[in-house]
Amino acid sequence: MGSLLKAENISKEYVSGTFIKKRNLALKSVSFSIDDKTPSITAIAGESGSGKTTFARVLAGILDKSSGVLRYQDKDINHMTKDEELNFKKEVQTIFQDPFEVYNPFYKVDHVLTTPLKKFGMTSSKSESDKMIISALEEVGLRPDETLGRYPHQLSGGQRQRIMVARAFLLRPKIIIADEPVSMVDASLRATILEELKNLRKNHNISIIYITHDLTTAYQVADNIMILYKGQVVEAGSVENVINKPAHPYTKLLTDCIPRPDPDQKWSKTSGDISVKSRVIKGCNCAFCNLNEEKESFTEIYEFKKNQIVSCKLKKKMKLCPDNEISKYFVKPKK
Amino acid sequence: MPNILEVNNLKVYYHTSKGPVKAVEDVSFSLAPGERMGLVGESGSGKSTIALALMKAHKYPASIENGKIMVGKTNLIDLDEEEMRKTRLKEIAMIPQGAMNSLNPVKRIKPQIMDALIDHDLKLSKTEKENFLTKLMESVGLDYSVVNLFPHELSGGMKQRVCIAISISMQPKVIIADEPTSALDVIVQRQVMETLYEVQENLGAACILIGHDMGLMAQFADKIGIMYAGKMVEMGTVLDIFKKPKHPYTRLLIDSLPDTNSKRDLIGIPGIPPSLLNIKEGCSFCLRIGQRTTSKIPWVKVSKNHYYQKCSKCSNYGKSKKRVKG
Repeated sequence: MGSLLKAENISKEYVSGTFIKKRNLALKSVSFSIDDKTPSITAIAGESGSGKTTFARVLAGILDKSSGVLRYQDKDINHMTKDEELNFKKEVQTIFQDPFEVYNPFYKVDHVLTTPLKKFGMTSSKSESDKMIISALEEVGLRPDETLGRYPHQLSGGQRQRIMVARAFLLRPKIIIADEPVSMVDASLRATILEELKNLRKNHNISIIYITHDLTTAYQVADNIMILYKGQVVEAGSVENVINKPAHPYTKLLTDCIPRPDPDQKWSKTSGDISVKSRVIKGCNCAFCNLNEEKESFTEIYEFKKNQIVSCKLKKKMKLCPDNEISKYFVKPKK
Repeated sequence: MPNILEVNNLKVYYHTSKGPVKAVEDVSFSLAPGERMGLVGESGSGKSTIALALMKAHKYPASIENGKIMVGKTNLIDLDEEEMRKTRLKEIAMIPQGAMNSLNPVKRIKPQIMDALIDHDLKLSKTEKENFLTKLMESVGLDYSVVNLFPHELSGGMKQRVCIAISISMQPKVIIADEPTSALDVIVQRQVMETLYEVQENLGAACILIGHDMGLMAQFADKIGIMYAGKMVEMGTVLDIFKKPKHPYTRLLIDSLPDTNSKRDLIGIPGIPPSLLNIKEGCSFCLRIGQRTTSKIPWVKVSKNHYYQKCSKCSNYGKSKKRVKG
């Protein structure tokens, strides 16, 4: 079984300050891989500051890691030839959170679609590139005649985000990294955009990494999920296990706080105390349970169930996972 | 119990060079003391404009064209700016959207809270002030020491609680919360919502929660008003809206909500909302799905407290599973 994209013990440290250096470890040896046979959708969830965006950017090659190895098709991305690097940048596409900031207001929206085609030399003539753009827009459910030739301010947030999905799809990528693609889009349009991401996997074999803080959409869209907390993986596995039967106290806290759109499932009925202190497991020093900041928290990962791993002692005997390799415990996506 | 807030036929237009943008068109609702109402709608549906109009904090080119905003026995529309200053916070208060940016970054929290008291001519001695602040901070679940900090020293959730503290400092009868948790994480979001719930319950104030997160609405509100293209299209109790939605927009919105019970195809609402510039009379949801109606849309009563705008052309739209993508 080969892997398309493989991250081995990736760490990222942000250093700030000129004289007094302030170090902030945003990612602590996270390993993860995407299979090259069956396209999958993996969600990465966590609160702000948990390192999920950092991880996404490292995976996309936008941000340099501090340590660890990132391989694309078994080649270290730091030791790639020019052609391989171009190929990596073409086949791993990113969709960002903010559909307003990514556009240059002086250009028509066509600009974001034609530029990458030119840069990657994918088309030889204008008519060919027009054809590709039109088919990409139709793929995401936009009407080309109503979209092309317009300026960004003439389109709604949902339409702009769909153009970004079309742009990513246009380059025929193998992986799309979507960093909170719907958090700034209206509720009524969210479902449409997520459904389009699902269709890209189904119809075009594109693997998707879906970064979010919204566990309900993660459940609907993804096969597997990993929960990050303070730069560490605290729990990972199939969405059915992790979201509906969470093991880690932090994940439990997260799922208890989902505002469920059902008046019969009110917070007051579903869960009690939501303070961190009440959830901590005594004697465990995982990233969440360790309240003493000076003490180093452990990063080992244990096997909780067949498709669920957890980084917490949980007062239970569990088998240690070798090499922190969590993707082995992911469920195989159904085609 | 008599209603504490009554809004009748409120119309707010933005006057632009191309003509009026009818942001709020004939919106009416009422709230009893202690009642919580959710105001739901997508961006541009006029929900934030309603909030600003209720506070009379709207700015040019917006203007209130028509309507009544009764808080107790006073109509806010008739008040001049000076009287309105006294009414804000004391009668009606607002928790702004995006607490991150609504506090003054170069001032400590204490003077920012005391500002309101000074403006309302409340003279307290030093110990009284201290007691007042301790009680106020306690009620939103913060430590007294927070008042001596600067906003940048606080987390997002703490800032939002400070904003709640400021808004309840004069014990208002109506609290308007405009997307109070839009930039917060789920855990902090729940803490802030529970704080809001508690202070509102203790004050016995009526509360309007504005937002587009139906999950929060289900958790918090007693009744829900659905806004679409500047009009209120449906109004009912939480159970009515979630279990028996009548207006096609409400029904599609409820259908589009993801849950964690079973995996299914996500279906969004097709089309985009119409522009409110020079919008003509008629059903605005019809415009979204490519139909046209010109007649006035009547309100239909479903049950006690449950009303909706029934358009003869689109009220059954999308009931069958087959839906046009677009």
